[in-house]
Amino acid sequence: MNKRQFLKGMMLFFPASVLIETLAKQAGGGDTTATDSRTARQAAGAAEPAAAPGTGEAGAGGTAYDASGHWYGMGIEIDKCIGCNRCAVACKTENNVPPEPFFFRTWVERYTIKGGGETAVECISLDPKPRGEAAPEDRDVLRTFFVPKLCNHCAHPPCVQVCPVGATFSTRDGVVLVDSRRCIGCRYCIQACPYGARFFNHGTNTADKCTFCYHRVVRGLLPACVEVCPTQARIFGDLKSRASRLVRFERMNNINVLKPALNTEPKVYYAQLDGEVR
Amino acid sequence: MSPGVPKGLSDLLNQVIGYIYPNEIEIHWSLLIVVYPYLTGLVAGAFILASLVKVFNVKEVQPTYRLSLLTALAFLLVAPFPLLLHLGHPERSFEIFLTPQLTSAMAMFGFVYAWYLMGVLLLEIWFEYRHHLTVLAGRERGLMGWIHRVLSLFSKDVSPESRAFDRKAIRVITVIGIPSAFLLHGYVGFIFGSVKANPWWGSVLMPIVFLMSAIVSGIAMVILLYMVINLVRNEKIDMPCLDRMVSFLFYAVIVDFSLEALDFIHRLYQSEESVKILGQLISVKLFVNLVVLQILLGMLVPLVILALARIRRFNDDMRKFLYFTSVLLIQLGIFSTRWNVVIGGQLFSKSFRGLMAYKMEITGMEGLLTSVVLLIVPFIVLAILIRILPTKRLEEELPEPA
Repeated sequence: MNKRQFLKGMMLFFPASVLIETLAKQAGGGDTTATDSRTARQAAGAAEPAAAPGTGEAGAGGTAYDASGHWYGMGIEIDKCIGCNRCAVACKTENNVPPEPFFFRTWVERYTIKGGGETAVECISLDPKPRGEAAPEDRDVLRTFFVPKLCNHCAHPPCVQVCPVGATFSTRDGVVLVDSRRCIGCRYCIQACPYGARFFNHGTNTADKCTFCYHRVVRGLLPACVEVCPTQARIFGDLKSRASRLVRFERMNNINVLKPALNTEPKVYYAQLDGEVR
Repeated sequence: MSPGVPKGLSDLLNQVIGYIYPNEIEIHWSLLIVVYPYLTGLVAGAFILASLVKVFNVKEVQPTYRLSLLTALAFLLVAPFPLLLHLGHPERSFEIFLTPQLTSAMAMFGFVYAWYLMGVLLLEIWFEYRHHLTVLAGRERGLMGWIHRVLSLFSKDVSPESRAFDRKAIRVITVIGIPSAFLLHGYVGFIFGSVKANPWWGSVLMPIVFLMSAIVSGIAMVILLYMVINLVRNEKIDMPCLDRMVSFLFYAVIVDFSLEALDFIHRLYQSEESVKILGQLISVKLFVNLVVLQILLGMLVPLVILALARIRRFNDDMRKFLYFTSVLLIQLGIFSTRWNVVIGGQLFSKSFRGLMAYKMEITGMEGLLTSVVLLIVPFIVLAILIRILPTKRLEEELPEPA
């Protein structure tokens, strides 16, 4: 091989190796599944082009995903929720949530508050049949509304605190995840969650919960429940980005969180939250 | 139904009273987790009874000193099994030792357990038995001789100096052992008491209530075993010893009852957000277990019996009968206490709007049969331990010829 042939070969070799490396990385990221949170943990640190979810803007292509640059949360506008239950269905499909009618990563509750303060609550996701108007004998209803529920991805999460092996952890971008390959299945986290957001997945024999669809979020996509909501009652966004829809949502509404006295600092923010909701 | 999902969960939906979060339909900490604090409570209580002899110099209970230590060991050896069998991934349990999350109360389990077993109980038992084992090993032939030789770690020193050292070591270990026993069971109480999401559990008194009930159950168990073993061996019960142990039991039950009453009154008086649902929990779900079994049969009736036995001068046989009845009732009461804490704490929704139902498995891994086996095994272990390690001291076994 003479000098010219060598240089020619090198000119082909370097771009080819860069291309192969990029393809390999993308293929690795493509293996990420919703149920495999360790891969999700890796995805958070992997060099991937990412958009800022909820901003509607494409991320800078080719730049690495920097988890520390984000702080995710969700806004829920209770007046906009029509109780269609599409979010719960989409979540089950997207995340392979067990098909039993009582295991949910997200669900919708219906509150009916009658004169005299009597409050009736039902989980419409358990029995998602169309509901008619109130019966004539129930006409003393003062107000009725739907409340979507999910993991609050607390900034001060009791589930993370109690996990004996660190299988439940907070990511730097503020998402609480379960590493199903580390979880020993002691279920202490389920006991510690004040919101009933966790369940025991009998397929993996580990704790399971909402991930904010982390596998989608790190790719610049919205969580499945947000994506399918027909009334945009759910708003997902990055609280570190001033352009985020969530920041605007927080600016435009009176915000409440669930069980604030427990000091869990939830990152699911409710607008028009009734005092009866627990 | 997906594979692995317990059968009957769907049926439980029909037994829900009020509103619960959908995921709450499954009771996660089942019968095995009732058995676990019951076992560790017996360990702590038995050890504290043993330490009365060595630290507080209560000579009357000396005849039960070794039995108390062996009881503590037998129950401690079985204590991790209910936890292990309950885990979704028992094969990963070693992660608790290798990569513990330091903020987790549960992660400390391995360390507290290992410390108590290795640092306290086994050491104390070894020093207590070293001289005895050395003598036995010299006297015996065959398998038992070998077992005793190995257990004495081939020690051959029977000099008075070595025995004095044994006694000193035992005293030091017991002094360290008492706070360790408190730690072992207080920590189990902390696992529950620190859960702020659950108002039935979340109480600062929980570790102390656990500890006092542990002392009650441990003393009652040693009394029960002492009486049964003497009956089996057809030996005379040392009545001053029995009276003294019962006296400690009596005061321990009073303290335990006072603490639980304080907890109850405090909750009722504070009347927080959860008070309504907890009231419903007691009246609908726990009435028999809490009011009848735990408080009435497990505490008040034994207290009255023990008080009667102390006030009235009954003869030995009558006292033995009364004591035996009380300690049996106390065991029932303490098991109900564990049930009411563990299962009771999972029978109401964290929405404070509804009550769940618990359907106990019979044959499953976390079922009744497994629990019964785990409750019987410590007695078998104890029988083996007593066979190898005599509960009577050498001096009692071989009285000097007059």
